[in-house]
Amino acid sequence: MLKKLLNLITLISIYLVWIFPANSADSDVELIKQNWPFSGIFGRFDKASLQRGFKVYREVCAACHGIRHISYRDLKGIGYTKDEIKIIASEYEVIDGPDDEGEMFFREGKESDKFVEPYENANLARLANNGAYPPDLSLIVKARAGGVDYLYSLLNGYKEFPDDFEASEGMYFNEFYPGNQIAMPSPIMDDIVEFDDGTEATQSQIARDISSFLAWTAEPELEERKSLGVKTIFFLVLITIMLLGVKRKVWKDLE
Amino acid sequence: MDNIEKSEIKGVLGWIDRRLPIFTFINHNLRDYPTPKNLNYFWNFGSLAGITLVIMIVTGILLAMQYTANTDLAFDSVERIMRDVNNGWLLRYIHMNGASMFFIIVYIHIFRGLYYGSYKSPREILWMLGVVILLLMMATAFMGYVLPWGQMSFWGATVITNLFSAFPVIGDYIVTFLWGGFSVDNPTLNRFFVLHYLLPFVIVGVVFLHLVALHQFGSNNPTGIDVKSEGDTIPFHPYYTVKDYLGLGFFLIFYAILVFFAPNFLGHPDNYIPANPLQTPPHIVPEWYFLPFYAILRAVPDKLMGVLLMFAAVSILFFLPWLDRHKIRSASFRPFYKQFFWLFFIDCIILGWCGAMPAEGIYVLIARIASGYYFLFFLIIMPFLSKFEKISNLPSSISAAVLSEKFEKDSD
Repeated sequence: MLKKLLNLITLISIYLVWIFPANSADSDVELIKQNWPFSGIFGRFDKASLQRGFKVYREVCAACHGIRHISYRDLKGIGYTKDEIKIIASEYEVIDGPDDEGEMFFREGKESDKFVEPYENANLARLANNGAYPPDLSLIVKARAGGVDYLYSLLNGYKEFPDDFEASEGMYFNEFYPGNQIAMPSPIMDDIVEFDDGTEATQSQIARDISSFLAWTAEPELEERKSLGVKTIFFLVLITIMLLGVKRKVWKDLE
Repeated sequence: MDNIEKSEIKGVLGWIDRRLPIFTFINHNLRDYPTPKNLNYFWNFGSLAGITLVIMIVTGILLAMQYTANTDLAFDSVERIMRDVNNGWLLRYIHMNGASMFFIIVYIHIFRGLYYGSYKSPREILWMLGVVILLLMMATAFMGYVLPWGQMSFWGATVITNLFSAFPVIGDYIVTFLWGGFSVDNPTLNRFFVLHYLLPFVIVGVVFLHLVALHQFGSNNPTGIDVKSEGDTIPFHPYYTVKDYLGLGFFLIFYAILVFFAPNFLGHPDNYIPANPLQTPPHIVPEWYFLPFYAILRAVPDKLMGVLLMFAAVSILFFLPWLDRHKIRSASFRPFYKQFFWLFFIDCIILGWCGAMPAEGIYVLIARIASGYYFLFFLIIMPFLSKFEKISNLPSSISAAVLSEKFEKDSD
C-alpha cells in the first residue's frame, strides 16, 4: 500500500509537470539555455557577477527602467558594505517633503530609500520612449515565462528584420520577443561598460551579468530559501523514516 | 452534595471533565474511536485536508497582518511581504502552494469516496457536506488569487465574474452587485479580501459538521462492508494516529519541495506583472485546480449553457447518493463500475489538460467529448449500473476479507 502511495505521489508530480509548460508556453522559439550558478538545489548567487550586473543596470538599463521594489540597503545582499551603500545611495537625488515652508525638495538618497525611478510617471515614460512603456525590472525574471533564460536570450536575440516582415516604425526585430517586434533597441554591445574587476565586457558577458542581477532583484531570498529548504527536507525525511519504523512496530501487534 | 457522576479521569482534569466533558469527547473521538482495521493509505487524505486547512488559516492570518486590500497598494504590499517582512517569503509561498496542496488532497479524497462508495447510505449527508466544503474552497481560492492584484488576478476575476452576465435579465445586475461598481476595481478587491478571510472559518464550521456526520457511522472501508463485530475494528489511537503521521511526513516532503525549490511552478508568470485594466494578457488561464471545469465551460458554444454546465459539473456531486443506488459500495466488488470509474478519472485529467490549452481546433473537440463523458458517467452509467450490474459474492466481513487477502499474499 505504501508503494501505491509513493506511486501516487509520482503520478501527481508527472501530471503537474505535464500540464504546466502548456500553461505558460507562449513562444515556439527555443531559448538559449545557460548554466546559472543560482539554479539547482544548492544554487548560490555569484556575487562578483551580481556586482558587475548592477553596474550594467546603473550605466545602461537605469536610463529607462526602474527597480522600484529594491532599496539601496538591499545591496548588502550582493556583497556591498554599509559604507559603500551609503555612497551609492548618496549619488541619487530623492524628492522629499513637504518641508516647513510646504515645499517639496531634493535631498541625497539614503540607504532606506527605494531606487529612484527614471521617470516621474508612466505617461512621461511613454512620451520619452515612442509610446512604449519600459517596464520595471525588479520582478521581470519572475514575470516572464522562461525566467532568466528568457531575459538572456532576449538580450542576445536582436537581428535584422527578415525581408518579408512588415515592421512598424521605430521597432526592432528580436527572435525571442512575442511577436518579434520590440520597442527597445538592442541595449548592450561589447564594451558598453567597463568592469572594475577586469572582466572582459563582451556582449554575452554583459547579458549574463545583468540577467543574474535581475534574477537577484526578483528573488533576493533565493539563497536563504534554498538552504532552509535543504535543511527542512533533510529533517522531514529523517522524521518520516522514524515514523515509518514506529508505524511498523505499532501495527505489528495486530498481525 | 456531590451527586455528579465521577469522570473516568482523575484529578483536576477529572474535575473539569465532569463539568465540561471535553476530555471524554477527545477520548471518544480521537482515541478509542473504533475504526475499521483495513483502511488503506487513501484514508489519510481526510486528516491531511484538515491539517492543510489549519496551515492555510495560520499563514493566512499572518499574511493578512501585512497585506493591504487596495488596488494601488495591494501588489506592492505583497512584494513588501516577500522582501521586507521577516520570513514573509516563506509564509507567502507556504500559503500560495498550500492552496494547490489543499486541492490535490481534496480531489484525491473525493476520488477515494467515489471509488469506495463512501457516499452511499447511511453517509449521504457526510458526502453532501463534503461537496459544500469543496464549493467553499473554490470560492475562497478564487478570491485569494485575486488579492495580489497581478495581471492574472485582475483578468481572472474579470472573466469569472463576467460569467454571471450570461444569465438573462438579472445577469448584468448580478455582475454589478458582485463588483460593487461597474468594473473589477477597488470595491471588488476589498470585498474579496473580506470574504477570503471569512470563508475559511465557515469551512471550519462545515468541517466540524462533516466530522460529526462521519463519527455517527464511522469510516467506510476498502471492502465497503459494514462493521459487524468488534473484531472488525481497532482503536483510532495508536493505529491510525501513527499511520496519519506517517502520511503527513510524506505529504510535507512533497509540499516542502514545492515551497523551497519550485515556489512559482504552479503559478503563472503574468501574476508578477501589476494589474493593468487596459492590457489583456494573451491567454487568461485559471489556477490548475479549476482547469477541468474551465474546459467544460469553454466546450459549449453558448455562453449561458457553458456556465450552467460548469456549475452543474460540481452540483451533480450533491445527487450522487441517489444516482448510484447499487447495493455494493466498493468498486473492488463491482467489475463494471470499476472500469467506468477509472475512465472517469482519466476523463477528468484530460479535461484539466484541455482547460490549459487554447480553446481552438482539436482541443475543443476533445473537451466536448470529455465533457460528454463527465455527465454520461453520472447521469446514465451510474443509474444503469445500479440496476443491471450483478451483485457478486462479497466477503462475509471485514475480518474475513483481511484474512483472505493475507492468505493470498502468503500463498504467492
